[in-house]
Amino acid sequence: MAVLKEEYDIVVVGAGHAGCEAALASARLGMKTIMFTVSVDSIALMPCNPNIGGSSKGHLVKELDALGGEMGKNIDKTFIQSRMLNTSKGPAVHSLRAQADKQDYSREMRKTLENTENLTIRQAEVSEIITENGEVKGVKTFSGAEYAARAVVLATGTYLKARCIYGEVCNYTGPNGLQAANHLSESLESNGIPLRRFKTGTPARVDGRSIDYSKMFEQKGDDPIVPFSFSTDPKDIQKEQVSCWLTYTTPETHRIIRENIDRSPLFSGSIKGTGPRYCPSIEDKVVKFPDKEKHQIFIEPEGNYTNEMYLSGMSSSLPEDVQYEMYKTLPGLENVRIVRNAYAIEYDCVNANQIKANLEFKHISGLFSAGQLNGSSGYEEAAAQGLMAGINAARKLQGKESIILDRSQAYIGVLIDDLITKENTEPYRMMTSRAEYRLLLRQDNADLRLSEIGHEVGLIDDERYEYVKYKKKKIAETVERLKNVLIGANQATQTVLAQWGSSSLKTGSNLAELISRPELDYEKLKSLDPEWEDLPQDIIEQINIEIKYEGYIARQEKQVENFKRVEGRLLSEDIDYKSIKGLRLEAGQKLDMFKPRSIGQASRISGVTPADIAVLLIYLSGNK
Amino acid sequence: MISTTETIAAISTAMTNSGIGIVRISGDEAVSIIKKIFRPFKEKDIEEAGTFTVHYGSIVDGETVLDEVLVLIMRAPHTYTREDTVEIDCHGGIFVIRKILELVLRSGARPAEPGEFTKRAFLNGRIDLSQAEAVIDLINAENDYALKSAVTQLKGSVSARIRDLRSTLLEKIAYIEAALDDPEHIEMEGFGEELLPVVEDSRRQIEELIETADNGRIMKEGIKTVIVGKPNVGKSSLLNALLGFNRAIVTDIAGTTRDTLEESISLGDISLNIIDTAGIRDTEDVIEKIGVDKAREVAMDADLIVFLLDSSKPLDEDDRQIMEMIKGRKAIVLINKTDLPRQADTEGLLEGLGCPVIETSITENVGIDEFVKAVKEMFYNGEIDFNNQVFITNARQKAALYSASESLKRTADSIENELSEDFYTIDMMDAYESLGQVIGEAIEDDLADEIFSKFCMGK
Repeated sequence: MAVLKEEYDIVVVGAGHAGCEAALASARLGMKTIMFTVSVDSIALMPCNPNIGGSSKGHLVKELDALGGEMGKNIDKTFIQSRMLNTSKGPAVHSLRAQADKQDYSREMRKTLENTENLTIRQAEVSEIITENGEVKGVKTFSGAEYAARAVVLATGTYLKARCIYGEVCNYTGPNGLQAANHLSESLESNGIPLRRFKTGTPARVDGRSIDYSKMFEQKGDDPIVPFSFSTDPKDIQKEQVSCWLTYTTPETHRIIRENIDRSPLFSGSIKGTGPRYCPSIEDKVVKFPDKEKHQIFIEPEGNYTNEMYLSGMSSSLPEDVQYEMYKTLPGLENVRIVRNAYAIEYDCVNANQIKANLEFKHISGLFSAGQLNGSSGYEEAAAQGLMAGINAARKLQGKESIILDRSQAYIGVLIDDLITKENTEPYRMMTSRAEYRLLLRQDNADLRLSEIGHEVGLIDDERYEYVKYKKKKIAETVERLKNVLIGANQATQTVLAQWGSSSLKTGSNLAELISRPELDYEKLKSLDPEWEDLPQDIIEQINIEIKYEGYIARQEKQVENFKRVEGRLLSEDIDYKSIKGLRLEAGQKLDMFKPRSIGQASRISGVTPADIAVLLIYLSGNK
Repeated sequence: MISTTETIAAISTAMTNSGIGIVRISGDEAVSIIKKIFRPFKEKDIEEAGTFTVHYGSIVDGETVLDEVLVLIMRAPHTYTREDTVEIDCHGGIFVIRKILELVLRSGARPAEPGEFTKRAFLNGRIDLSQAEAVIDLINAENDYALKSAVTQLKGSVSARIRDLRSTLLEKIAYIEAALDDPEHIEMEGFGEELLPVVEDSRRQIEELIETADNGRIMKEGIKTVIVGKPNVGKSSLLNALLGFNRAIVTDIAGTTRDTLEESISLGDISLNIIDTAGIRDTEDVIEKIGVDKAREVAMDADLIVFLLDSSKPLDEDDRQIMEMIKGRKAIVLINKTDLPRQADTEGLLEGLGCPVIETSITENVGIDEFVKAVKEMFYNGEIDFNNQVFITNARQKAALYSASESLKRTADSIENELSEDFYTIDMMDAYESLGQVIGEAIEDDLADEIFSKFCMGK
């Protein structure tokens, strides 16, 4: 039988947040790229929460943007509310989060994809990967068509053998009732890629007309709005925003859940997949934290096109009738009408210890993996991996070295290192606490950290890179200058200080020292600075941060030096760990499995103890 | 590639002229090497000997008999290094022991590096890293207290204390981090006020451990002691009495300056390092010869000052100057020569010094036991149960504790300066890591190298 045969440089399997970034990066880097999706209408779908960003995830989006990814630009085009979280805390944990118009988001991303050269979109279920002698050669679709390729990026999300469950009901579909991908799993396993089951869940969507907002607390967006993308001019995105609403569960809610807990598939054992602890279902919260009298529930709009509202904090797999009963106990939801039920979804994913830091499978050359398939959760985590997999697949074909970000460079580096190094037993979510050097990895300086790499890769244009270079220079020069502007304890100084409620100077000082006072900043001291310059806001922000947190930043930089020292002690891929005398059996097996790149990475592998590392160090020093 | 199959050898006893010494050989070749150089008195093949057997015979270099020895054969894996191990008990003094070692080395072993036996024990899974570290102290322990401390540490009482501290910190860090990641659900209002006492208490506990580090030094190195008093007050009698107490000077240690000498006297549980100025045996007249200033200088550096008073003579200006000097220091006053008629009027003078005052007649052996007891009480409160007490005896651990304490200080500063909570965890995490380093639960690049370079030759 004649079959369709086509040839590409790179095949991307999946068109979710990882797939879109991978396909765009690959095509933009000049690779002839084809992206497969089970439904072209579900490109860049947001099947769960209607927002992008949030604590640490906002960092990922900013970093992705600095490297030349699309997510930041796309949310800037399609948000309906934007907030900077944690503003009462230090700059390291400020985090941007925007509510998206889900359909707009999906449509805008599709438009971008469709207008990208070298990129073909194809609706089909990829059912097989074709490999030869440990190298990927292409893919085959369920219809039998063959697509030869030199690299393949798998970004299958939650679709592999997906199963949606609520109560006693179980559908063999992907999210939102979309077709699951039931055939690829087998092909992966026959290629020596073991799979496992993970689980996640989503709350119900309800009809906005059935909600009594007068019983809830309104949450408005920020004014002014800060964009995600460094290339978006803040002036262009100031607009009317919609509100989110806050309500609480009640003792009655908890009673209903407890009485029906035996009907939850999570507790009855019908769901076997491992769910995320940080994103528990409401029944989990009630069972695990019995002392908590109430839980916050945010009501978030799904978009301007619909009156559907998302019940954030109430994901569940309880039966429909119980869901109805419990939602009605929340103030404001007494007459609620459900549009879509909450459900849990179970899917196949890989254990990312099979994957190298460039996101390529260790034992199949040219096969890359990104997003939820790697055991992560969240749109932003997926997009970040998609971008890196796309970049590295393209670079492999161009004969260039992989781009690998380390833990001191980016949250993306932390994310990937954690995924491939740690024994993750639940879907992995980014968190600020996972980043050891977070004072250096701020969302506000992602462009300064990563634009150079983005430019070198070829996804950041010269103009943008020139600005970053100028910005870096300006910051450094100005900070240095401010340290040398001497300020006398004279009347003029004291007047300015008094104006901002700052205590008067006893002896002479310099401008930088004054700026480091919490109540003062670069702009407030304008009149004391003879060479004061009206700089762009983003530059002023960096100047203030660098001066105010100088001591802390210096200490983190020192920690990074230590980190780099251990990270720089590379381990060859050919080390036979099992033969190293003194290594515990478990450590030997783990190291053999993970094949860490460096002593640093080896030390982070779960099950490898400091004593094992000491053995490795002695081994490296050649038994002196 | 690491090869631990090479056979190593070293003299594993102190290099003193005690006459008895042990040459230890470890590795695959250990037994075959001994076979080449050992002639058992009873005809047998030493290579066939079972584990934990002792053999009597002589070490021969060709036809020359070097020494009459006992040879212990210990078979892997039930040995310290988990390798075949042979020990040669020799009796011929330093010169002969060195000859035997040379012979062993010529016969196929290579010299062991410092700490290499323990390194192998560690590499072969016999002991873990923190145990390996405590072994240093076991080896270096010069008296019973130091030994007990090292043993306690082996059992992990340091670890238990540190683990407690770490878990307290981690709990607080975790709370802050959770709130940062989920600001809409977790409230942090007023958390700093709650945290401050916890941070301060942890810091206090760490400071306590650091103090024990000083005690640990005292235990290992002995109490630096200086005896002061006017000429002819009984200083050398005291020294002699103390020597008699143990019937031996343990070691003579050359001091850092040429004109001082330390004599280490073991009082059973603890050691006194009596700092002596050069020529103390020629003239007792320390005060007269080098003056109060020099005595003060020596005393500044001492852990313990023993002040002798002659009760048979009236107090004079010199005595008063010395009393002034020992105020607030760890000192013991001995009112000596109580066998003679009392002339010294100490009424109301000694109470203010805040140190034990003991009446002695050293020549009559009166009050010496009390003095020893007072020393012990002073340094160990007399009641310390060494099985429960946690001691830090190691410089690396001490440095890590200092840095943990510093980090907590910075945390407290951040709280007091009203920085936001995310700054607290930066330093708390540092403290957590430093504490981890104390018990080997955090990675330090050259931790292993550092540890092993500290081992003395042999075990």
